Amino acid sequence: MINIKNLTFGYSPKKTMFRNLNLSLPAGNIYGLLGKNGAGKSSLLRLMGGMLYPIAGTVEVAGHTPRKREPAFLQEMYFIPEEIYLPTVSLNRYIDTMGPFYPKFNESQFRKYLTEFDVPADQKLTAMSYGQKKKVIISFGLATNTRVLIMDEPTNGLDIPSKSQFRKVVASALASDRLMLISTHQVRDLDNLIDGVIIIDESEILMNHSLTDISDRLMFNTLSQVTESDRVLYAEPSLRGYSVIQENREQEDSRVDLERLFNAVVTNREGIKNLFH
Amino acid sequence: MDFQDKRAIYLQIADYVCDKILLAQWPPGIRILSVRDLGVELEVNPNTVMRTYDFLQQKGIIYNKRGIGYFAADDADDRIKSYRREQFLETELPHFFRNLYLLNISLEEIEERFKAFIEVEFK
Repeated sequence: MINIKNLTFGYSPKKTMFRNLNLSLPAGNIYGLLGKNGAGKSSLLRLMGGMLYPIAGTVEVAGHTPRKREPAFLQEMYFIPEEIYLPTVSLNRYIDTMGPFYPKFNESQFRKYLTEFDVPADQKLTAMSYGQKKKVIISFGLATNTRVLIMDEPTNGLDIPSKSQFRKVVASALASDRLMLISTHQVRDLDNLIDGVIIIDESEILMNHSLTDISDRLMFNTLSQVTESDRVLYAEPSLRGYSVIQENREQEDSRVDLERLFNAVVTNREGIKNLFH
Repeated sequence: MDFQDKRAIYLQIADYVCDKILLAQWPPGIRILSVRDLGVELEVNPNTVMRTYDFLQQKGIIYNKRGIGYFAADDADDRIKSYRREQFLETELPHFFRNLYLLNISLEEIEERFKAFIEVEFK
């Protein structure tokens, strides 16, 4: 659904941000794009959305070239930016104005999501708090039923109960021909929700694998002490000794801890990379 | 649902489904929650729930009727118990044995305590 080949991009021609970057994402999954602040997450998403243009290489999304911003592409792509904007109109007016741009927009679905998020239906958009506005945009984006839905830090500004509502709503909206891509630095918000992990660091994609692949190859374990023979790729001190990531030689099923995975991938680049080749 | 730290999520969801069946909340012959609905309830990716349902289907605990949904098998109870027994013997018992060995606890003492436990809890 998303194919990026040999992408080179930079905000100025002299200082490139991405060089020969490749990324291929099939539909039917919820991907988590993880990276530190300034790693290039938002730039990558905006290249997919057609808001930024590559210097070289190709970006293909749902069979289209985002840069061209063709209507056929725009009606299959919904992009929720980190900083959101809502016009000063009523909810109905918003639906009437924005809905027609998306042929598969479903109003009753939209209202169902708003109810799920506890957003009062009769409230004016202007009278809403930032968190409520964010919920309106997320609900709208999900209800457009576009083939591609990109969310940049969607859980920023959401209060504690909303994060659980967010996971429910997103889980319910996944379809086999749909791709959702969520960037975040709050990995706990996406725990169990994503099934594909993309890790970007210093403008490089260090990992793009399904959670199933990751747990096939890596074992998340707790050890009282770390020895050579344990084949430990990453260890951090914890209450019961060390929380570690080991090579999964015995094909044991363990739970992928996203935070630990991220730290391991960023600090032991080579060790992890070699295992996935 | 509170997930444990260590076990794979799809296996923890399998335990959840098995509990529902054993407690007769999802009896044989009644359609169980769809992949999507269980995903929403547990706030988990539907693909993960799909993996759980595939796994339980392989074990013969649930079955799929095309276009209708998933059902608990008539002999689901027996199958769950044999799956759990196998799991216990393979994963929990070695830990238990390890502790017995490290702490110098004899099997005789365990047997006595086991009998007393059954007396108190189940009779």
